[in-house]
Amino acid sequence: MTPWRRRLPVAFPEVSELEGPLLEVEDLHTHFRTPRGLVRAVDGVSFSVGRGRTLGVVGESGSGKTVLTRSIMGLLPGSNVERSGTVRLSGHELTALPPAELRDVWGLQVAMVFQDPMTALNPVVRVERQITESLRLRVGLDRKGAHDTALALLTSVGIPAPERRLRNYPHELSGGMRQRVMIAIALACGPRLLLADEPTTGLDVTVQAQILDLLAAQQRERSMGMILVTHDLGVVASRTDDIVVMYAGRVVEQAATAELFAHTRMPYTEALLRSIPRLADPSHTRLRAIPGRPPDLAATPPGCRFAPRCPYVQARCEAEEPPLRSAGHGHLFRCWYPVGSTEGDEALARNLAARVPAALAFTAAPSRPDGQAPAPPEAPPPGTVAPPAPAVPAATTTPAATTPAATTPAPTPKVDSLWATSPPADSGHGPATPGAG
Amino acid sequence: MAGSGTAHLRQGTTLLRAEHLVVEFGSGAHRVRAVSDVSLDVLAGETLGLVGESGCGKSTTGRAAALVQPPNSGTVWFDGVELSALSTRELRRARTRVQMVFQDPISSLNPRRRVVDSVIEPLAVWGVGTKQERRDRARATLESVGIDPDDGGARRPIEMSGGQCQRVSIARALMLDPALLICDEPVSALDVSVQAQILNLLDDLKHQRGLTMVFIAHDLAVVKNVSDRVAVMYLGKLCEVAPPQALYEHPAHPYTLALLASIPDPNPSARHDGGAPLSGDLPSPINPPSGCRFRTRCPYAEQRCADEEPQMRLVGPDQYVACHFPLRAPAGPLGPMSASPEV
Repeated sequence: MTPWRRRLPVAFPEVSELEGPLLEVEDLHTHFRTPRGLVRAVDGVSFSVGRGRTLGVVGESGSGKTVLTRSIMGLLPGSNVERSGTVRLSGHELTALPPAELRDVWGLQVAMVFQDPMTALNPVVRVERQITESLRLRVGLDRKGAHDTALALLTSVGIPAPERRLRNYPHELSGGMRQRVMIAIALACGPRLLLADEPTTGLDVTVQAQILDLLAAQQRERSMGMILVTHDLGVVASRTDDIVVMYAGRVVEQAATAELFAHTRMPYTEALLRSIPRLADPSHTRLRAIPGRPPDLAATPPGCRFAPRCPYVQARCEAEEPPLRSAGHGHLFRCWYPVGSTEGDEALARNLAARVPAALAFTAAPSRPDGQAPAPPEAPPPGTVAPPAPAVPAATTTPAATTPAATTPAPTPKVDSLWATSPPADSGHGPATPGAG
Repeated sequence: MAGSGTAHLRQGTTLLRAEHLVVEFGSGAHRVRAVSDVSLDVLAGETLGLVGESGCGKSTTGRAAALVQPPNSGTVWFDGVELSALSTRELRRARTRVQMVFQDPISSLNPRRRVVDSVIEPLAVWGVGTKQERRDRARATLESVGIDPDDGGARRPIEMSGGQCQRVSIARALMLDPALLICDEPVSALDVSVQAQILNLLDDLKHQRGLTMVFIAHDLAVVKNVSDRVAVMYLGKLCEVAPPQALYEHPAHPYTLALLASIPDPNPSARHDGGAPLSGDLPSPINPPSGCRFRTRCPYAEQRCADEEPQMRLVGPDQYVACHFPLRAPAGPLGPMSASPEV
């Protein structure tokens, strides 16, 4: 009995028949026309997500990561937006679909877990109707079937006494409980791709661990693809297969998760990692904050967008924007003076010698017993330079991260888009890179 | 945990000493005991970290210690004066030396005022100095927290980022030259990169001005970074009080261990096989579990935990725990202590 079904949904191939990656995003641009000028929130982003894989999208507030997920879904405001580029889901071009057909994609093919579970749920509708709405409208279940499915969903997301919770309103639930309901709603129609936009921001650490475990378990069970958006590299480190680091609307680094942490190339990624307080450090350890804040997306600097805050910055960075370069194994980065390379080490040494504030803040002494500003370390002569501190956390340091680039003769072909990258030589790396899905 | 007692309080000169604080909200059947017999002390120049999940009463404890939220019972001593016995007028005067920084930086500033006016306000309320002197002092304070007084000071909160607003809130709290700063989740609404800036700023200010701080947060890694002593709260009670090193290396309370295990580790090889360290949510404080309040989620709970409320006791150097079965390093129940060391 499908009283509300008007027509058959767009025919998507079964997951098992699918060839190539589940989601391919190619040169996606989302620009907003505002009184201040054109805000380039997403500016030429390309990546792909394989079936059953998890992609982490990491960046600060204002890096365009939320707009990116909305652009993939097609959840952008109707006016004053320019979107270009392609989003292919199972080979279907989503950007070309008319709104009516897009509604067959939402929920059934792609679902989203929103950031704020307090406001994303309808406060005056009981939990049951919020979960069963898409089941009845899209899947065409009857009232009984939808109720039973909702009950099973609430049980599977770990809500105790689900029968009672179905009759609750959102305000009767705690924050973690509401986020579980959000996940149940997103999973209701069995989507192939789940977009989780900061699903744990605003939740307690204990609840955060529960929600992340729940998402991982559901993903394994349903072999969904997932995009996990967050500002915290700690959250994505052990829960993703691949990571895209965004800064000011651009992808600045992209690699398999282990590769990204072991051989960080982009100074921004390194700086993000270092700004996390670590349990292993003694109390009152001086944190290596990134000075300043992200650029105004309506007036991005002409060169590298991270240049004003970068400890490695050189004259070239301010004049010329680096392209996405490949470090092999599907590892891409956007920097002229990458971390762990001879050029990068020399650039940092020059900046320390010239007392560039960003470089001094970056290499601040680890502890400060008194209130005095720590004396910056003496810059060693170029050539023998090693970063004053490990370039990556000790736990993930590998020889290649601290030795100069002599041991890693990174071929650096300049590529304009991800799609021009040569396929990874080692199939064990970068499974979500193009061609390896 | 979730135990009572004052074994962890220190002798001698404490700047702030709160004993047996009880804060209740509501009435009748809906009466919530948000803070239930919590005792704390802070030495001058020390930073006390107060950690726990949402709803455990850590913010209410911070507010009660400053008498912003008058406790239903309990005493608060600040710098040798019993704040809880003062008249309203005397309290207002005494409290200028205790200032707070709140969680949401944008909504804790008046959206319709320029930030420099918000920063001047405390001086204007107390009639300190002339108008020009107040303005100069506000400019100097804004500068010391990293806000350009000419450009940033003339803005309104909506024109600033969260990190900048938090700097302004800190400047406002510093205007009356307080001895004690109570920071209620000052960085939990901020990005990690901005969080590091604010934590460094607080550390600088603490050294420059000799501030004493109570730092309330739910992130143990953040609390470890700023604190000299950490108190873990659960459902309106204290679980464990210890120096950060001891607390992180060998937590004695099962709840502390669970909190530590929940911190996301920026290490790609970390595994999540055992599932989340804690299941379920905080029980309702309207009808808390009997005995130890953590027993409903505790993997080591036994009958005794339901019957008897654990009291604070010493288990290591300056490490106090309210648990019948404290953990031995690295992990594992120590078993009931027959002769618990009395302090």
